[in-house]
Amino acid sequence: MIINMGPQHPSTHGVLRLLLELDGETIVTCEPIIGYLHTGIEKNTEYRTWMQGVTFVTRADYLSPFFNELGYCLGVERLLGIEAPPRAQAIRVLVCEMNRIASHLVYIATAGLELGAVSVMLYGFREREIIMDIFEAITGLRMNHAYIRIGGVVMDLPSDGPRKIRHMLDVLPGRIDEYETLLNDNPIWRERNEGVGRLTAEQALGLGVTGPVLRAAGVPADLRKDMPYSGYETYDFEVPTRTEADAYARYRVRIDEMRESLKIVAQALERLEDPPGPVMVDDPKVGWPSRLSVGPDGIGNDPEYLRHIMEESMEALIHHFKMVTQGVQVPAGEVYSVVESPRGELGFYIVSDGEHRPYRVKIRDPSFANLQSLPAMVEGGLIADSIAANASLDPVMGGVDR
Amino acid sequence: MVGGRFDDVVLVRDEVTVLVDRDDLLGALAWLRTEPGLSFDFLSCVTATHWPEAEPAFWVVYELRSMAEKHRLRVKVGLSETDPHVPSVTPEYPTANWHERETFDFYGIVFDGHPGLTRILLPDDWEGHPLRKDEELGGVETWYHGARVPPTSAPVSSARRP
Repeated sequence: MIINMGPQHPSTHGVLRLLLELDGETIVTCEPIIGYLHTGIEKNTEYRTWMQGVTFVTRADYLSPFFNELGYCLGVERLLGIEAPPRAQAIRVLVCEMNRIASHLVYIATAGLELGAVSVMLYGFREREIIMDIFEAITGLRMNHAYIRIGGVVMDLPSDGPRKIRHMLDVLPGRIDEYETLLNDNPIWRERNEGVGRLTAEQALGLGVTGPVLRAAGVPADLRKDMPYSGYETYDFEVPTRTEADAYARYRVRIDEMRESLKIVAQALERLEDPPGPVMVDDPKVGWPSRLSVGPDGIGNDPEYLRHIMEESMEALIHHFKMVTQGVQVPAGEVYSVVESPRGELGFYIVSDGEHRPYRVKIRDPSFANLQSLPAMVEGGLIADSIAANASLDPVMGGVDR
Repeated sequence: MVGGRFDDVVLVRDEVTVLVDRDDLLGALAWLRTEPGLSFDFLSCVTATHWPEAEPAFWVVYELRSMAEKHRLRVKVGLSETDPHVPSVTPEYPTANWHERETFDFYGIVFDGHPGLTRILLPDDWEGHPLRKDEELGGVETWYHGARVPPTSAPVSSARRP
C-alpha cells in the first residue's frame, strides 16, 4: 500500500510529504517530497541591496535566525576584507549560543509532542520563552531579527540585557536537569527512541549529514572547533559525542550541547562586562548610517538622529539616502562561509560582480542535506518509528525549501 | 599540493578553487578523496552560477570538506549555454542527489547519470529555470478566488539594469 504522510501532518515539522510504500506496518520505501515552503529567498537576494540580504536569509531556517545572519554577514565581510570589532563578535557568539539552546528546546518540545509526551512540549516552550524574551529585549523581535549586520551588529545590548541573561544562566541548568530526570530513564521514551533511526557515521558522511546527528554517530565534527570563526577558538567548551547513532543518542547529544552553550554564553557575557566599545566597523561606507534604538513598539530610528539629518546636516541626509538606496558596494569575487548551526553545517556561497547587489547567494542549509538521510533511517522499520526518526533529525522546512 | 594535479588552481581569501574540465570531474573528485593529506571525503553542496553573456555561461560549483584534515576546497566546472551537461557525482557522493536536482531545477543543468533528475523545489509542471539570469520576471498570470491577476505589462529581465 502506498500512503502520503503529509504535507499537512502534525508530525512532519511543517509541510513535508513522505510518500510511504508499506507492507503492513513496515515501510518498504520512503520518499520525502519537499518544496511546499519554497519562497525564492535566494532569487530575492539578487534584487536587493547587500544590507537587505540579511533580512531575507534570516527567514530561511526560522528556528536559527541568528546563524543565518551570521553566516551571510561573515561571507560578505570576507569579500569586503573587513572584520567586526571584538565586542560585536562577542555579542554575536552570545546571541548565537542562546539561539542554539532555544532551537534545541524546540527539538525537545516537538519530539516529545510527536511521541505523545505533551508535558515535555509545554516545558520546552516554557524555557524557550525565557530566551525569546531576551531576544525581544535585545533586538526588538522574537524571530527574524536582522540584528547581525555586515560589519557588526545593529546596536549594543540594552542596559537590562545582562541581568536577563544572568537570570537565564541561573534558571536553565536546573530545568535541563529536570528534562534529564524526566526522560533519560523513562521507559517509554527509551523504548520509542533507542535503536530507532540508526545511521552509521559512514552513511551519514556519504549522505552529507552534519550536526548533532553526525556527532551522535561518533564523529566529533563541529565547525566551531574545526574551522573557528568569530573567536570561537578563545572559548572553553567541549563537543559532545555519542556512538549509538540512534534517536536516543541524538537526544542526549542535544542535551549536552545545551549545557556547553550555557558555558559559552557565560564566557561571552563576562567579556561584555568590559567598558563598551564599538559594535560596528568604523567605516561610513559599510556601517548603517542611522542609529537605531529599541522602543516600546520595537526597533526604530533614534529621534536624535532623525533631527540631525532632517534639520541640521544636508550631507548627513545625502549620505543616509545613498546608504539606504544603494548600500555597500562589494568587490567582485566568491566566498563560501560556514557556521555551525544547531542542525549542522550552514554554508553561504556568495558571489559578487562588484555591484550594490549580490550576484548569487546560495544557502547550504543543513536541514536540506540531513533530510535526505530519512529513507536510510526508516526503510525496513515501522511507521511509528519514522515519526521518532524524523523528529530526531529536527528538520526545519523553512530551511529545507528556502 | 593540488597544483601538481591540476593546471588551474586559484587561491583567493584563503579559499582554494580548482577549475576542472567536465570530462575530468569524476577523476578529479576521486583523486581528491583518496590522496593522503587531502582526503576530501565530504561534499557540502553543489550549486551553479549563470553568466549569460560570458563563455562559459554556467559554472557548476562543488564545495568539498575534509572531516579528518579540517580543510575545504572548491571545484568548478565551466559549461556552455548550448550544452549544459555534466556527469553526475551522485554514485560517489549520495548527498549530491538532492543538490543536483536543485541545480537542475534552478538552472536547467543536466547531470548525466543521475538516478532521477526531476524538479525538487518547484512544481513538476513549472516552465523555465528561475535562477537563470535571462529568465523573465513578473510574467505569470495568476488566478485567486475567481480574480485574475494579469502579468505585468513589461516583463523585467533578470539581466542587470544600468
